[in-house]
Amino acid sequence: MTDARQWLGRYGEDRACEYLVGQGYQILDRNWRFREGELDIVCTHRGTLVFVEVKTRTSLATGSPFESITKTKLARIRRLAASWCANRQVANSQVRFDAIGVLVRGGRVTIEHLKQVL
Amino acid sequence: MSLAKTFSVGLYGLSGTIIEVETDISSQLPSFSLVGLPDASLSEATARVRAACTNSGFGFPSKKVLVNLSPAAVPKSGSAFDLSIAVSILAANDAVPKSALDQICFIGELGLDGSLRQVPGVLPMVMHARNCGFTRVICPLGNLSEASMVEGIGVLGALDLKSLANWLNGKGYLEQPSSLAPVATPEGVIGMDLSQVIGQNQAVEGLIVAAAGGHHIAMVGAPGAGKTMLAERLPGILPALSTEQALEVAAIESIAGNGQIALRLDTAPRFQAPHHSASTAALIGGGTGVPRPGAVSKAHHGVLFLDEALEFHGHSLDSLREPLESGRVLINRSGGSAVFPAKFQLVLAANPCPCGLSGLADRDCTCTAMAIRRYTNRLSGPVLDRIDIRLNIKPVSLGANLGLFDVGPSTTQALTRVAAARLASAERLDSFGYRLNSEVPGPLLRGRLGIGEKALKDLNRMLVTGKTSMRGYDRCLRLAWTIADLEGQQKPGVDQVRIAVSLRGSDNLLGV
Repeated sequence: MTDARQWLGRYGEDRACEYLVGQGYQILDRNWRFREGELDIVCTHRGTLVFVEVKTRTSLATGSPFESITKTKLARIRRLAASWCANRQVANSQVRFDAIGVLVRGGRVTIEHLKQVL
Repeated sequence: MSLAKTFSVGLYGLSGTIIEVETDISSQLPSFSLVGLPDASLSEATARVRAACTNSGFGFPSKKVLVNLSPAAVPKSGSAFDLSIAVSILAANDAVPKSALDQICFIGELGLDGSLRQVPGVLPMVMHARNCGFTRVICPLGNLSEASMVEGIGVLGALDLKSLANWLNGKGYLEQPSSLAPVATPEGVIGMDLSQVIGQNQAVEGLIVAAAGGHHIAMVGAPGAGKTMLAERLPGILPALSTEQALEVAAIESIAGNGQIALRLDTAPRFQAPHHSASTAALIGGGTGVPRPGAVSKAHHGVLFLDEALEFHGHSLDSLREPLESGRVLINRSGGSAVFPAKFQLVLAANPCPCGLSGLADRDCTCTAMAIRRYTNRLSGPVLDRIDIRLNIKPVSLGANLGLFDVGPSTTQALTRVAAARLASAERLDSFGYRLNSEVPGPLLRGRLGIGEKALKDLNRMLVTGKTSMRGYDRCLRLAWTIADLEGQQKPGVDQVRIAVSLRGSDNLLGV
């Protein structure tokens, strides 16, 4: 992955975190890596554990940021979430999967937050 | 959350169901799902609709799009729902106003570029929409002339999704049906005149009687005697269909979907001549999944000609019994059952034996008695019973070819006689609810339409001596009435009954 794309991903995730904190979420983990992949953001909100996948784009030429979140990707996030819970010994918690699309265009950042996508 | 709904028509056979196409767009990961029992061809609508929306400049919502086809339990198939799905999505996405969709039925297939493509079955769909109280139907331009044959509902043709959306937004206009009279006058088949049949005056008269009374007819004769030539000229001497009849026929042709879309309402009686290798399904209708009309339905209000009738499969011929009796066919498939109208005039042609030479004076038949019996047994009694006229067609002698015979009546002359006879029978039978002599039941013929002892003397003797059955007796009576109508008589007398007896022949196919 090129540095520019890595930087963009990182930038998007930072903006997403700022947004989540602003919404009253508490960030527990970021870029948690495990065997098959990575969880972008793990946070909690009013007793619910929320796993967030962040997609950042600079244009809509290839469709909305969400369009690249496929069923396979969602299934992987789900498995990763289970690993995370086992790893952190979290149980009996309500779990939610969210997606956040970050559009960075002309110096302006637009954030779209989809709840319960799985 | 955003919700919208449009209407379309689903067809099963000829019967329609109004289908509500509901779209729900919710903020979720982008997906597009279609529910409500779509079959394979309909499931592919998602791909077409998505591309059509994008390429028409509307974009496809990057949200969760759920389309439901209701009633969800009715199986749906085909590409005609594309347009209603697309409009429903555009409305849910606020690209067209939801209020503009009331009372409109959308029919059509979408191309990837957003263009509208014609679909089969538009005529029965529009009829059903009208009967269900819709005031407007929007269909592809290619189907516009066909759809405009239905009266009492406004029809508009759209070129593509873009122009339709503009129209729904109150901009631009859609194509109106042309103001030309939608009914075509039959021109007759060029080169198919009755007067071309020479030296077969008796057979031509028999054919005219068949046309006047709607009688089923069987022709037996050696190869080359002119059976096919006669049969092909029967539609020409049948009166043009009424608008109502022509619509029924056009509806069948519309769903038969052989790619030809009618431009005008054709009132010429149809002629169907399936080859003798035709399967039962091809003859009476059928097919996998969705039933399609067969030859008997395509010949509705026209002529079904079975050339080399004895070469057809026995069960195919027997399958004709139901439509011959009831004038319709019921086709049952796992998906449901469909009823197609099948009121046709049957014309059978057959050789007298496998070699075709029996009964000729100057040629010897080489078939054994057993072979002939096996051959003629293929036509079962029940089918044979429904045939009123049996003509023995003898090969034309040399004299006819040399122009030594009188030229018989032309198609125009015969048609005039047939029309007059049909008018007379319709007037007489109107109070009983029939139009043609061939439709009148036996008890009525012997009861209120009785013709008196004197005229019946010959026929009664035949019945007493066992030369005819009771059914044959009734058939002779029907024929006698038709002959009387053709001759302008009030009721049949001795002469008409005698002619009827000779036209009816014996109960055996070959004993003509």
